[in-house]
Amino acid sequence: MELKRVAENIWEIPRHGEMKVPARIYASRKLVDAVGGDKTLEQARNVACLPGIQRMSYVMPDAHQGYGFPIGGVAAFDLDEGIISPGGVGYDINCGVRLLRTDFSEADVTLKRRELLAQIFKDVPAGVGKGGVTKLTPSVLKDVLVRGAEWAVANGYGTSDDLATTEERGRMKDASWDDVSARAMERGIPQLGTLGSGNHFLEFQKVARIFDARAAAAFGLGAEGQVLVMIHCGSRGLGHQVASDYIQSMENAFGVRNLPDRELVHAPVKSSLGRSYYRSMCAAVNYAFANRQMIAHWVRDVFKRVLGTSEGMRQVYDVCHNVAKVEMHAVGGVEKELCVHRKGATRSFGPGRAELPEAYRAVGQPVIIPGSMGTASYVLVGTAEAEDLSFSSTAHGAGRAMSRQEALRRFRGERIRDELAARGIELLSTSWKGVAEEAAAAYKDVDEVVRVSDEVGLGRIVARVVPIGVMKG
Amino acid sequence: MDRYTILDHPADGKFQAFGATLEEAFANAALALASLMWDWEKVEPAGSFDVEVRGHDLEQLLYLFLEDILFLAETKRFLLSSVEDVRILSADAGYLCQAALLGDREPGRYEVHGDVKAITYHEMKVEQRSDHWLVQVVVDM
Repeated sequence: MELKRVAENIWEIPRHGEMKVPARIYASRKLVDAVGGDKTLEQARNVACLPGIQRMSYVMPDAHQGYGFPIGGVAAFDLDEGIISPGGVGYDINCGVRLLRTDFSEADVTLKRRELLAQIFKDVPAGVGKGGVTKLTPSVLKDVLVRGAEWAVANGYGTSDDLATTEERGRMKDASWDDVSARAMERGIPQLGTLGSGNHFLEFQKVARIFDARAAAAFGLGAEGQVLVMIHCGSRGLGHQVASDYIQSMENAFGVRNLPDRELVHAPVKSSLGRSYYRSMCAAVNYAFANRQMIAHWVRDVFKRVLGTSEGMRQVYDVCHNVAKVEMHAVGGVEKELCVHRKGATRSFGPGRAELPEAYRAVGQPVIIPGSMGTASYVLVGTAEAEDLSFSSTAHGAGRAMSRQEALRRFRGERIRDELAARGIELLSTSWKGVAEEAAAAYKDVDEVVRVSDEVGLGRIVARVVPIGVMKG
Repeated sequence: MDRYTILDHPADGKFQAFGATLEEAFANAALALASLMWDWEKVEPAGSFDVEVRGHDLEQLLYLFLEDILFLAETKRFLLSSVEDVRILSADAGYLCQAALLGDREPGRYEVHGDVKAITYHEMKVEQRSDHWLVQVVVDM
């Protein structure tokens, strides 16, 4: 497949065959070599063939092979001619990241670090088969699906300030529980308020370096050494089941014959099935917002008990990185509403967007990019240029570079724990084998990913943060 | 012939499972899936669930059969140890699969090391070879 270099860090697959638009990849030479080794490019080309796609099929710097759409893929569709695809959102609907800032410095928590982590490990349920702490009834779950983080705040988990700093204010208003299957609800009931395992984690971090003092100040990030808390998780089994249910329904309705990959199954945005998936996806998004809201509340509670106060533990922001949304964007100079799919990509609105809370409207949206376990993470800020470059989107993490099998052959979880401890990072996990699978060396270099994002202008670096305590589910 | 092989995949989980019959290949696919999350050989067959799924083709049948294992793990805290009495029949312009899943409902007793979020159709294969069946599945992890 032809891959043309357009400019520094920008590559394109020209339109050919069934493609309706070109595909564009934002990557350095090093990162483009990595995606050349898997099916990312082929998958980006397949997305470019879907009905009603606008401008280009975009690929973010951390992209890797997914199923159907690539992970790190962004595609926007016309509301009349276009489609919506569960595979374009992914199974973990509203997998996302929440960042809390604190008034604590590293010195304040060093001695209590182990205790904080142990207590959080106790209070926030993690791995497979670990039920949530709240006994949910189906009628309460329906309320969660409709109201999202608002439900959590109304029930004593956190404050309304948290809603202002959550995408969609923690609630997608088109959500409907009526479109969510009984099976998905059954999976959702025991898991609300759980972190999950795999690549999901909760970290205490410290600010290592500030790159953009103005944006950092607006986000509540100050001196180096300031302690932060990052929470990475999603909609758990409920979201996975919603995706699966609608993949089956769309297959049953439209067949699979004309698809280059069965995971690309889709429905017209405005069809009854397309609308039903959208409402159901919104419900799963809300579940994930409520989930992170509850976990953030427990984290504050632990800080208060262990360190005496949780004063100043404000939320910087909460971003979704697996979602489809209706947003206004310019296509050919005309502003119109589009159905934007971000699968392993983060929205990065620049200054002035009405969707942003007032406190951030002058600087742009905080973009939170988690690194791999035990490595740096970043806070970026959305840019005005990203609108033209990627429908206001950037990367979502480091992106895997090595299979879990290979990681298991090469690494031992206990050894990773010891190596991190030698660097002053505490690690707690439900499984050492799981730790080996998530070894930092199995991921791409997050520094390289954010450097490309910054250089191209998808999102600019505000701060680099490093872990001091990690809870891996 | 091995029951299954776990294959390298850059991001997710991928396996092939084999059987002299389609039923045996489905049973071995279930064990391959379980092996990505826990060591099924260590789980006691203390209880069982009967499952029944329908698919418009064999791929959908396999997808939904495997999804039941994830569903039972999350909703019943049930960890699979073995699969018995698999029957696959033609039904309603498609297929029907019935099986008995054996396992234990005490996840705290076993190490669960991986989290399979979902089954996918990506690169899925259900193929009859000269003397055996082969199925291939990529799962979202």
